[in-house]
Amino acid sequence: MSEPRISMKEVEHVARLSRLELSEAEKERMRRELDSILAYIDKLRALDTEGVEPTSHAVPMTNVLRPDAPRPSFPQDEMLANAPERSGEFFRVPKIIEE
Amino acid sequence: MTLTLLTIHELGARFRSGESSSAEAAQAYLERIEALDPQVRAFLTVTRDQALTQAAAADVRLKARKPLGPLDGIPIALKDVLCTRGIRTTCGSKILERFVPPYDATVVERLRGAGAVLLGKLNMDEFAMGSSTENSGYFATRNPWDLGRVPGGSSGGSAAAVSADMATATLGTDTGGSIRQPAAFCGTVGLKPTYGRVSRYGLVAFASSLDQIGPFAKDVEDAAHMLRVIAGHDPMDSTSVDAAVPDYAAELGTGVAGLKLGIPAEYFIDGMDPEVEAAVRDAVKTLEKLGARAEPVSLPHTEYGLAAYYLIAPAECSSNLARYDGVKYGLRAPKARDIVDMYSKTRAQGFGREVKRRIMLGTYALSAGYHDAYYGKAQRVRTLVRRDFQQAFERVDLIVAPTTPNVAFKMGEKEDPLQMYLNDVFTIPVNLAGLPGLSMPAGFTRSGLPIGLQLIGRPFDETTVLRAAHAFERATDWHARKPPLP
Amino acid sequence: MDNNLESVIGLEVHAQLLTATKMFCGCSTAFGAAPNTQTCPVCQGMPGSLPVINGRAIEFGIKTALALGCTVNPLNRFARKHYYYPDMPKNYQISQYEEPLAEHGRLDIEAGGAARAIGIQRLHLEEDVGKLLHEGALETAQSSQVDFNRAGVPLMEIVSQPDLRSSDEAAAYLKALRAIVIYLRVCDGNMEEGSLRCDANISLRPRGAAEYGTKVEIKNMNSFRNVQHALEYEIKRQARALETGERIVQETRLWDPDKSVTVPMRSKEFAHDYRYFPEPDLPPLNVQSAWTEEIRAGLPELPAARRRRFMEAYALSAYDADLLTQSPALAEYFEAAAKDFYRPKRVANWVLNELLRELPGDDEKAIAACPVPPAHLVGLMTLIEDGTISGKIAKDVFEKMYRSGESAQAIVSREGLTQVLDEDILRKAVAQVLSEHAKVVEDYKSGKKAALGFLVGQVMKATQGKANPAAVNRLLAEKLPQV
Repeated sequence: MSEPRISMKEVEHVARLSRLELSEAEKERMRRELDSILAYIDKLRALDTEGVEPTSHAVPMTNVLRPDAPRPSFPQDEMLANAPERSGEFFRVPKIIEE
Repeated sequence: MTLTLLTIHELGARFRSGESSSAEAAQAYLERIEALDPQVRAFLTVTRDQALTQAAAADVRLKARKPLGPLDGIPIALKDVLCTRGIRTTCGSKILERFVPPYDATVVERLRGAGAVLLGKLNMDEFAMGSSTENSGYFATRNPWDLGRVPGGSSGGSAAAVSADMATATLGTDTGGSIRQPAAFCGTVGLKPTYGRVSRYGLVAFASSLDQIGPFAKDVEDAAHMLRVIAGHDPMDSTSVDAAVPDYAAELGTGVAGLKLGIPAEYFIDGMDPEVEAAVRDAVKTLEKLGARAEPVSLPHTEYGLAAYYLIAPAECSSNLARYDGVKYGLRAPKARDIVDMYSKTRAQGFGREVKRRIMLGTYALSAGYHDAYYGKAQRVRTLVRRDFQQAFERVDLIVAPTTPNVAFKMGEKEDPLQMYLNDVFTIPVNLAGLPGLSMPAGFTRSGLPIGLQLIGRPFDETTVLRAAHAFERATDWHARKPPLP
Repeated sequence: MDNNLESVIGLEVHAQLLTATKMFCGCSTAFGAAPNTQTCPVCQGMPGSLPVINGRAIEFGIKTALALGCTVNPLNRFARKHYYYPDMPKNYQISQYEEPLAEHGRLDIEAGGAARAIGIQRLHLEEDVGKLLHEGALETAQSSQVDFNRAGVPLMEIVSQPDLRSSDEAAAYLKALRAIVIYLRVCDGNMEEGSLRCDANISLRPRGAAEYGTKVEIKNMNSFRNVQHALEYEIKRQARALETGERIVQETRLWDPDKSVTVPMRSKEFAHDYRYFPEPDLPPLNVQSAWTEEIRAGLPELPAARRRRFMEAYALSAYDADLLTQSPALAEYFEAAAKDFYRPKRVANWVLNELLRELPGDDEKAIAACPVPPAHLVGLMTLIEDGTISGKIAKDVFEKMYRSGESAQAIVSREGLTQVLDEDILRKAVAQVLSEHAKVVEDYKSGKKAALGFLVGQVMKATQGKANPAAVNRLLAEKLPQV
């Protein structure tokens, strides 16, 4: 078997960055699957892309701007209608902590 | 005459002659959905009452001889990735099971404005990620040609609904082939417009630089009518192009005499289904008989397209799906200790396996230390793929190729994600280059499964694509065959 | 602090732009609306929504960049900056990263009598986040509430080079920057309300060293004083740590204005991985020189130039010119008055003392609402110059003018406040006071010079304050030796 491209530690780190809780079994499965996908993607390394500009946009456009003119906002009730937890005029969220 | 067998233009003619009403058509489709969909499972939501109300309104206009256009009164359905005001929009995911958008996507507004009648929202691979609709968070859709097989994906519901005559036409979306591949598997016409031709406002984003909305239709003329209504600049979408929208249907009959076709060597690969190859080569001959000239072209970076796509699309998707966190809409995991716990549990519970896989892959590709090697590299490869097409189009007007290397496979057959990704090898490069691409029926395997022909055009040259497709369709009758359903 | 150590400070300022609408959607930016009433699918990050750039925000950014001597990058673009937080609608912020709007500018400041040029590293645009509300402190609240009205408001981020070397310089930089954005009308500069925010990065190193020390980020400084005090505290804290051999932790610290200390917020050792990539929903910007030059031609006179002009044209001290030009509205008020009065220095005194004492603020709104227009002030000062009223009376008249909005002339005429200059009347009053206060006269003659003030006061009292003080002093000086 060739050198694994992604370690379990990296899987855990990426899961944390993605805010995804994964079980041990899921982590292992994810590691294997990502590993095989990354192995396939590795063929890109063979390509010489020196001096090639990256494509960020499919259509070459620039300066798409709008005037500073107000448009009616949506009513409060409509914007809160899908709230999983509403607290009066606000969205309510549980205790905020850092990572 | 069973109304559900008719195309948009045929049904429209009956409306205008007074032979049939929109209410009758809507009723016929709703009954057919009720009868067939328990087996096909194309619909996530059927909007019965709204459909009948809209049909009644259309009939008032039709009776007064003031139709809004060719789509007035025509029953259609929409992939559940398009926001519909007041109608739940799930994107095939549990995380949006109860999400009801307060606004319509621009394409939905345009269809409403054209008088189309909405039958319902269609099943799909979760967040448009997949090639079989088996990744839907709800259930799998079946291929009307063989209920044990997949309809393709991610717009499986949209393709199956048209194929099984449960809608006159539908809208799907295509990021790596998600319109063209299911169109090929289900034997319908499927069109992915040039990137920027159709507004993405209200399309729940998967990969922003690749997503496009397009029609599934029973024939090419219908696709032209649908495209005309949805295409055009939208100030709400900064990536939509401000270019005039031709009357696509009017340009259809001009034939293919003198048209130069490019046949890419890289799209005929080892391991592809020989019946697919044969059907496509026959199609080229038919087009030549109609006056087109075929020559070989090379798109040398084709094999790298898939790899680049599976870095770019997941990267953008990991970003676009970050917002599904239980704060403002959608699922929220109960009993979370704190906000980080809530985020992690909500997303773990709400997302399916394929979505999680792509989020992980995308996050990895963008993360510190890997950004240049993966994402950055893929963006450069994308430029090379675009250049391939630019160079080919210096010599030819249209590229003709298979849509997929194979035909509809059995449900559950492709467990390995990488095997599933390989389905899209002929469709992905078109998204990377932002070109218009269409798939249409070009034959059947001996076992009766549809084979798709792909036509790829220059940017914003849907006219040539549709014109060639129309000519081929008129010279064959693949489009007339219907699946073995009641 | 040990003189062998020098502090290295960089400031990161966020300015909320005075556009009518948000950065990427047409929702209003007006302050004070009910929660979640100034939002739409775009600024709430609903599925399917897309951003569209506010052209005026770009214009404001270019304007500020030019005023700060920056190079505008013709090709610049927006990028996504990812992190999860409940005030972030999309869990990424649309900002600018590798290709910002402008770079390489400078801001001239003066601190401790020395002039310095502070480098501006970059200026870019981004969207603001929503507001979190909770009971008590973030650390102890069990839940929070989110209001997205502020989400999407345009922010301009200006990052200085780490060129500042003291808390005084930092305060001076911030003041100068604030004055510029106010002059340009791109931001109202209100630190207390959060439309101008300042974070600092500070490290210490041995004087003359080339390498930087470990830097600490300081947040939550919402006024000039707080910036200055926070930095002073932090310099002391770091110096003390270094002296005892303690390692400085790279972290973010919050200034606590009640306890006057900085406290650790979170460790920046594990820095955020923002996973920046170019925003695919927004085509890049190509700022052509025609646009830049048009904006440059429309730049108003900036604070520094105005200060220099005031010093020259009106013979003002640097100190006075500096104070008068902090606010463009105040400067315009001053100039409107000064150009009609032959002694601008006196106008400056009146404006900086009497007027500012009464005004609730020196911003445009306060000045526009000021009951004493420049012409009225000039009227009052003219009455002093021509001797109609004394300087002391004038101060009372000014207060009355402020309360009533009337002209000085009207008040003086109505209340008969015209100064008594008639020497006969004054002599009579002086004579009377001297006879009534023989004891005080004795005190004065025996050396108590302060007694003179008492006598002057008595004469003023006898004339209802209308006596000309100079004349009173002169007459007393004449008379006293004779008594």
